[in-house]
Amino acid sequence: MSTGPDSVTPRPSGRPRIFLVDDHAVFRAGVKAELGEAVEVIGEADEAAAAVELVNERLPDVVLLDVHLPGGGGHAVLRGVLPHHPEVQFLALSVSDAPEDVIDVIRAGARGYITKTISGPELLQAVYRVAAGDAVFSPRLAGFVLDAFAQTGAPPADLDPELDQLSPREREVLRLIARGYTYKEVARDLSISAKTVESHVSSVLRKLQLSTRHELTRWATDRRLV
Amino acid sequence: MHRHHHPHIPGKLRSLRRTPDNRVLGGVCGAVSSATGIDATWVRIGFVLLSICSGVMVFVYAMAWLLIPMEGETSNIYSRAISDRHGIRLIAAVLVPLLIALSLITSTLHLGFVGFIGWPTFLAIGVVVLIWRNANESEKAFIDHDVVPLLGADTHGEGRRWLLARVALGVLVGAGGIVLLVEGHTTVAALRPVGGAALVVAASVIIFGPWWLSLVRDLIAERQARALAEERAQMAAHVHDSVLQTLALIQRSSDDPQNVVRLARAQERELRAWLFEGRPPGAIGEDATMLGEGVGVLQRQVEADHGITVQVVMVGDCELDDALCALLDAAREATVNAAKWSGAEQVSVYAEVEPDTVMLYVRDRGRGFDPDAVPEDRQGIAQSIRARMARFGGSVVIRSAPGEGAEIELSMSRRERVR
Repeated sequence: MSTGPDSVTPRPSGRPRIFLVDDHAVFRAGVKAELGEAVEVIGEADEAAAAVELVNERLPDVVLLDVHLPGGGGHAVLRGVLPHHPEVQFLALSVSDAPEDVIDVIRAGARGYITKTISGPELLQAVYRVAAGDAVFSPRLAGFVLDAFAQTGAPPADLDPELDQLSPREREVLRLIARGYTYKEVARDLSISAKTVESHVSSVLRKLQLSTRHELTRWATDRRLV
Repeated sequence: MHRHHHPHIPGKLRSLRRTPDNRVLGGVCGAVSSATGIDATWVRIGFVLLSICSGVMVFVYAMAWLLIPMEGETSNIYSRAISDRHGIRLIAAVLVPLLIALSLITSTLHLGFVGFIGWPTFLAIGVVVLIWRNANESEKAFIDHDVVPLLGADTHGEGRRWLLARVALGVLVGAGGIVLLVEGHTTVAALRPVGGAALVVAASVIIFGPWWLSLVRDLIAERQARALAEERAQMAAHVHDSVLQTLALIQRSSDDPQNVVRLARAQERELRAWLFEGRPPGAIGEDATMLGEGVGVLQRQVEADHGITVQVVMVGDCELDDALCALLDAAREATVNAAKWSGAEQVSVYAEVEPDTVMLYVRDRGRGFDPDAVPEDRQGIAQSIRARMARFGGSVVIRSAPGEGAEIELSMSRRERVR
């Protein structure tokens, strides 16, 4: 996976190597304490430029990325790393619940979004999931996606059903996640395997990143991204 | 009710009170306004018009000022003035010769209307002097500040010269008006009395105009100051009730980080809603017009009252109607229920607005229960949720099993469909 000279080949089953980007030292310390020995924290940064440099150098498995950062915000870090090292996974963290912030980092390439109020075990689970290449949808993100992909009256002719619409199954999965179900509970409720749930969520993530639906582009334009 | 002895106030008028917050002179119009419900401005306009038509109203006003007690006081000024022998003698000594002179002048010159206005006016001035001598400190200060400048008593130097010039001009114009009015009796020119009346009015504007203006200005300034003070008091009350209380609670629970986080979060939400959305904490239907806002209110209330995190996810939004308010009430009941019984630290509320229906799910990962064998006290709550929903044609599904948490599904069809 990684081509860095000093990087060990990451094993999702082993201890993921984590990089923390957050401008609050207290929060970084809190996350380190919560994740404890289950992960290896290989570095931290408190602003965008330093984060880009260090992440490109150390190539962690997962970057825990604060959405609001001095020096360009979370998406600046994503833009500085992903073109060179697409194998680095990003998990966005935020106190903000504003849809444009969330959609913004997801469209810039983050594999998931969680709020900072998440509990320790849930955070660890999210880190593992992202390290394994899966998407992490918090209930709130699922709600935003359902909102953005809402079926509006007659769909415009230029809508690409592959990218711009959710399948009924994806919609069902997202709805259950929004209701607070874990992936395992979703799988049981829909009588499908956990792996299938993960593939649905990843497919939704891909649509979210690539779709040109005007609700998404409008959110992005508001942030002067497009 | 005070059954204090007021010999000069008949029963019905006993409840009349003058307030310092609503007065131009003595606050009589304000008292009439609050007793009858008529706007004070109209009462004042009425008083002024009646005073112009018949001078008696001026005297009536002065007497009312004397007899109606100030708010918060049980006795009126009259009860004190009656024992002011010296003041009464002084006023009588000035008034009696003045009134005799007035009646002599008016009868010899056939100026009946001057006497008509002059008599009650002189009497009223006497009464006002009596009021001034016997009013309490705060009212006296008010009279000194707003009424005495009329007499030019506290004006000196430049201001005094200006006042004298003004009064001189006013008297000249007024005299001209009176002369024209008097001539109107003997000549046939119909326009002259009208011109005379206009001159008399002009004279009073010249003499009293600046005083009226400053009165109005003071009144406006006082109102603004009062509004500002009220707002500040409200702010202080809010900060005290919520912020300071929360800080105190946080200090007390400093060894319970979870509780600190919860308190801080609830306080932050409430402050944000109050500062940026202008919403005070309160009932759901009262301060929310949209479903999303209502769910936000529900979240804040349950978090604040039951020490639990409520995670809200909304998809779509719509305006609240009676049915949706009932849905929110049922949802709050379900959320409170989960907070009290489930033992879980977090309750998830998910609401989705669909074209025909609104779905709302309240879910917890707590101890769960068997919906077919719920204890009596919980049956009651379930019934109240069902009853609320049923009244507006909504439905309730309860999914739970011991050890598996619980989920209450509420659905309500929408009355006003979009598109």
